[in-house]
Amino acid sequence: MFWRNPSAAFFNFVLPLLFLAAGGAILAGNQHDLDKLVPSIAGMSVMSTTFTALAYNIVFLRERGVLKRIRGTPLPSISYFGGVAANAVTNTALQIAIIVLAGRVFFGIGWPSHWGELIVFVVVGVVSLAALGVAFAHAIPNFESTAAYVNAVFLPVVFVSFYVFDSASAPRFVRTIAEALPLKPLIDGLSGAMVTGAGLGSHLDALAVIAIWGVFGLYLAVRGFSWEGSR
Amino acid sequence: MFGLLGPNGAGKTTTVEILEGYRARTSGEVSVLGHDPANRSIELRRRIGIVLQSGGIYSHITPREALAHWASFYPHPRDVEEVLALVGLQEKADERSRRLSGGQLRRLDFALALVGDPELIFLDEPTTGFDPQARRAAWETVRSLRALGKTILLTTHYLEEAQELADRVAIVKDGRVLAIGPPRELMAHPPRHPPGGEAHGLRYKIAYRDSDGEMVERETDDPTALLHELTGEALASGRQLQELSVARPTLEDVYLELTAASSGERDA
Repeated sequence: MFWRNPSAAFFNFVLPLLFLAAGGAILAGNQHDLDKLVPSIAGMSVMSTTFTALAYNIVFLRERGVLKRIRGTPLPSISYFGGVAANAVTNTALQIAIIVLAGRVFFGIGWPSHWGELIVFVVVGVVSLAALGVAFAHAIPNFESTAAYVNAVFLPVVFVSFYVFDSASAPRFVRTIAEALPLKPLIDGLSGAMVTGAGLGSHLDALAVIAIWGVFGLYLAVRGFSWEGSR
Repeated sequence: MFGLLGPNGAGKTTTVEILEGYRARTSGEVSVLGHDPANRSIELRRRIGIVLQSGGIYSHITPREALAHWASFYPHPRDVEEVLALVGLQEKADERSRRLSGGQLRRLDFALALVGDPELIFLDEPTTGFDPQARRAAWETVRSLRALGKTILLTTHYLEEAQELADRVAIVKDGRVLAIGPPRELMAHPPRHPPGGEAHGLRYKIAYRDSDGEMVERETDDPTALLHELTGEALASGRQLQELSVARPTLEDVYLELTAASSGERDA
């Protein structure tokens, strides 16, 4: 289904890879920056295939009446959301695999030193950001305004996280904000697994931040879920 | 087949959505196939099929895939090919749904409601916005559902549709039932409104063009006698009754009487 919609496939899949290619070309030869770039793009990919994609999809399906129709069938809600989550995990896993491969082949980064850590961070990141995406869909009143709402969250989070991750001299309050958001801890964890070799033990606090967001997101996603559009 | 007939805003969709389990009732008791729909039990949803007034479908799925997917939700689904044939979508079975026309999408709506082989089917204004030809085609589909032995609850604001399809009709306005019965019976013995009030008496209408070329319309409870009288006079004087027509009272007459009477009462 996903691949039948070329624009969705492009924004979720190809765009992060284009960022990776462009960044890689600019930073070619500077291994320090490449080491920062690859996990950053990996983190952004997780966020775009989960948070962004789900916020879009849920609003679209809600406003088009697809969710209402599904609600009238014997399909249990839990199965439906299980499917949505499994789809998000599959898409993200595929994308991370491509990024890991590109890091190995093009950017002089070895195979991830901690596969277990990579999997833990990807799975926790996907579940948390997917839940936040579904929860955020409740705040979006109609499909036309989805892009504005989603980008108003997605872009600042990406910028502040990238900035703080890359720059040791970021102002303290900006750092505090970034550390409290889910994306920067996710990039830290991915970086530990893919680049620096710091194990899971050294990123437990980062994992905790993502998990807290996940619990918060799940609570809001379930509590406020609306099957019907405003029509 | 039961028809729920009323003007826009009469409470038809609200009623149906309570029965379907989408909305909570404010008071009273509701039972659908022995279940309270507010509990949203899977057992009940396996036995009903719903055609929403405006239900969407994924843009990139084909009717055959959608039906196969929907069939997997139910314990004893109908055969997908059979359902495609029943609604007349075989030729479009592998077309992406966003390329289907409005009428074809509506047929897909019917098919999706049908594929679980439900006992009870809800049709909420199935032909609103259709052109006359598409409406006739949709009626054929609905009749074929009835031929399968399904119980169908139809809501509509088209009188013709209720008269054409429903075995029994309830006329509703402002959330209240004004009349209930088979369309034929409602026409033959129109209910009085307010109850016990004066009989409005729906009458046959006989119309013709007189010798001055004017249209004359006469109402009567006894069309045989009036017709005899008119034709007798015409024959005796050697004239023709141009454009002679005799019209039975229609459901529309009942409906207009009832809805007009009820708003008159409310305004008073």
